[in-house]
Amino acid sequence: MKRRRQAQLIALFCLGWLLFSFPLLSLWDRDLVVFGLPLFPAGLFACWALLIVLLAWLMERREY
Amino acid sequence: MMSVGLVIAISFAYLALLFAIAWWGDKRAAEGRSIIASPWVYALSIAVYCTAWTYFGSVGRASVEGVWFLPIYLGPMLAMILAWVVIRKMVRIAKTYRITSVADFIASRYGKSPLIAGLVTLITVVGIVPYIALQLKAISSGYALLTTPAGTELPSVTQPWWQDSTLYLALALAGFIILFGTRHLDMTERHEGMVAAIAFESIVKLVAFLAVGLFVTYWLFDGLGDLFGRAMADEGLAQLLRFDHGASPFIYSQWFALVLLAMLSVLFLPRQFQVMVVENVDERHLKRAAWVFPLYLFLINLFVLPIAIGGLIYFGAGQANPDLFVLSLPLAEGAMILALFVFIGGLSAATGMVIVESIAVSTMICNDLVMPALLKTRRFGGRSGGDLTRLLKTIRRLAIIGLLLLGYLYFYLAGEAYALVSIGLISFAAVAQFAPAALGGMYWKGATRAGVLAGLLVGFGFWVYTLMLPSIAKSGWMATDFLEYGPAGLAWLKPEAFLGLSGLDPLTHSLFWSLFGNIAAFVGISLLTRPTAREASQAQLFVDVFERRGDQEPVFWQGRARVEDLKDLTERFLGAQSADRLFEEHAQAIGAESVANMPADARLVQRVETQLAGAIGSASARVMVASAVEEEPLELDDVVRILEEASQLRAYSQALEEKSRSLEQATQELKTANEQLKSLDRLKDDFMSSVTHELRTPLTSIRALTEMMRDDEDMPADQRREFLDIMVSESERLSRLVGQVLDLARIEAGHAEWHNSDVDLAVIVRQAADSIRARFEEKSARLEIKGPHQVRSLRADADRLVQVILNLLSNALKYLPEDNGRVVVTISDQPDGVTVTVSDNGVGIAPAEQAQVFDKFRQVGDQQHQGTGLGLPISRQIIEHFGGRMWVESEPGQGATFGFFLPRGGEDARANAQSRGERK
Repeated sequence: MKRRRQAQLIALFCLGWLLFSFPLLSLWDRDLVVFGLPLFPAGLFACWALLIVLLAWLMERREY
Repeated sequence: MMSVGLVIAISFAYLALLFAIAWWGDKRAAEGRSIIASPWVYALSIAVYCTAWTYFGSVGRASVEGVWFLPIYLGPMLAMILAWVVIRKMVRIAKTYRITSVADFIASRYGKSPLIAGLVTLITVVGIVPYIALQLKAISSGYALLTTPAGTELPSVTQPWWQDSTLYLALALAGFIILFGTRHLDMTERHEGMVAAIAFESIVKLVAFLAVGLFVTYWLFDGLGDLFGRAMADEGLAQLLRFDHGASPFIYSQWFALVLLAMLSVLFLPRQFQVMVVENVDERHLKRAAWVFPLYLFLINLFVLPIAIGGLIYFGAGQANPDLFVLSLPLAEGAMILALFVFIGGLSAATGMVIVESIAVSTMICNDLVMPALLKTRRFGGRSGGDLTRLLKTIRRLAIIGLLLLGYLYFYLAGEAYALVSIGLISFAAVAQFAPAALGGMYWKGATRAGVLAGLLVGFGFWVYTLMLPSIAKSGWMATDFLEYGPAGLAWLKPEAFLGLSGLDPLTHSLFWSLFGNIAAFVGISLLTRPTAREASQAQLFVDVFERRGDQEPVFWQGRARVEDLKDLTERFLGAQSADRLFEEHAQAIGAESVANMPADARLVQRVETQLAGAIGSASARVMVASAVEEEPLELDDVVRILEEASQLRAYSQALEEKSRSLEQATQELKTANEQLKSLDRLKDDFMSSVTHELRTPLTSIRALTEMMRDDEDMPADQRREFLDIMVSESERLSRLVGQVLDLARIEAGHAEWHNSDVDLAVIVRQAADSIRARFEEKSARLEIKGPHQVRSLRADADRLVQVILNLLSNALKYLPEDNGRVVVTISDQPDGVTVTVSDNGVGIAPAEQAQVFDKFRQVGDQQHQGTGLGLPISRQIIEHFGGRMWVESEPGQGATFGFFLPRGGEDARANAQSRGERK
């Protein structure tokens, strides 16, 4: 099961890498406002929060 | 403004508090009740990543570049995703081989090379000095802002150095760190008290930063919506909230470069290596720290943009230093207490970094630069005596003072020219040069010492030329001609547009060239050179660290040694007490009677060397051990041989284990088989004696009667007839008995013939009942049948089932009372089969005997009743053949109920039963 967790983490790393680079990053770069917040910073922080939640879930899950 | 005395007093009070925490942490560690053995403390200590740069500089950068402060924190986020894979391996390696710094880590991997250790240390010192300067600058400008009356110019640092408060700050910090980190010499270079204090500082700086963030957002402005709304109304400010300022075609490359830079730095900055790897208490703490640390970064960055924008709106662009917005905003509003708290937060961020960094770097300077040089001299090297533990401490203390003075010097010379973040990025780029050597060494056995040397030199060279020199030149300490026109007018050598590569910002440009050159040289030279034996052996130990456990580890050493020599050596560096403990532990581990009697074999030498490595670095430890023993040089063939031996040993022990396991299993199987055979044998004996006994009874009576008839010629015809009747009935019983024995034998052996067809059990029960009803009437007993006249059919042998039911009925009949006998047969159709029960109102069966009624030749109660004792065993065999089961329920005096259940889908069960029968 060790290998499985490793593969999951590497996959998550790839997701993070893609989220923070071209072209996915450019999707947020618009003059839009959501809930009173500018889209680009809000989107970056949202992606960041998503990664933290996924990572916490992967790491805290019991190994089966 | 605040009084100078107050600010200084509170700052020192805070430092004293930190010291108290550290003292407490060390005390608890000595008592064995560590306060840092928690993943939360571990994660908070990793947050030493957030320095004054984060605390002050992020806001400064955000107010100029908008969201561009973020990559420095997204990099660690990505790195921590792989923490469980990469950092865990670093921790395991460092713990196994007592590695105490990043220089030691790299040098140890490449054959414990002192040259590499020294080079890495040198790069670190050069690279890290600006970073320490940054912290000093942050504290000193924060202090100046707090203590200068509003409206007056901040004093510049051009005053003479002996009047500069920053110098005294640096010296005070140095003294504090010496008290803090070098009070005792630990074999593993762990500082529990320091980690506790750092974790506390991480909490302080986070709370302080969040406090000022909330103050700006909700006190100065009406929340985020208001703040961002006003920002977006302003052309200049709106630009900060967008990614692409329309400036460069390489904007994404620059973003990528910053993320990568931060990702590598969080692994290889000396202080990060110290808290993450060296100070790690338990590998499993990484699991939680992996996400708590990014969460910490997330929180501390939440209010960076709001504070930056708030400051720009409040003061107007260009009116105040954005690096100090966190302080100047509360000050301008007269929130003195908050301003002071924020200053303490900044102090936390800066001192935390300086403390850990200088402790880590001073260890490197001592172990990897000074000691190798000292050990070469006659006074300290070779077999000379003397306790060196005091010397080690002194070197480290001097190194700490030297580092802080160098930091001050850089601050004094170049500090004014750059914003905080730019200074920090220069250091990051230097540290990133370690990544190829360290990561490559952890995963690639082919990497060689020559490759690493080349890579580091090329990478560091590019870093100096394309980043460090321009930064010095721009500070006004060098002519800037070579920046604009290239050295000696060679434009293609321009430091910030090497080979004419332009369009990138200086940092990305430098990072590209230095890492490109570094990796190319590292990989290229590694592929062209062959590793020495020592390198090859270390490569094995590093790359495969997870594949070995304890005693299976190969020991790459050969030669002769004496226990006394090794002990003397250990005492010199670890002190007599630790040395005694080490040798006694080893004697215990190998099972020797006493230290004097144990063999000075390779394993002991390796143990001593590993322990020494903890105190003086692996390269110096290697040199010292080599001087104390007679070594035979290690050849590449030896490495291969030792590895083979180790893996053979492992294979042997595995094979042995497997064999003994299978042997044990076989023994167990044989034992049970033997038990089975014994009980079968006993059963057979019982069976034989029962059968012969049963056969003898009728035979005896037939023989007796026949003899009487032969001897008595005058027997009356009546009596003769009576005798003949008895003889006929005894013969019938005999032949029935023989028939049943044969039948049972056939069924048990699986040779019986079965004629299966679809049968209706209700019909069969009635058939059988009708055929025996006459015998019931003879005994004037009643026979009732309850249940449906028809049930769904199942597949079975009809004759055999009749045999079973007749058996049960005649059995019941035998035990019925003389009058009022009553037998009830119940048929019930169930979804998965049919159940038939036969209940009588006879004498019943005692509970102890119930289990035996299905045994052969067991007749319950007295032996008066006629019967062979084989009817029930045969019936049960038949029912089980069809996948069903048969049981008995009874209470003495209340009659007995025999029942059986036949499944409808018994096809599979039948097959199983058949194969079981065949196996028998």
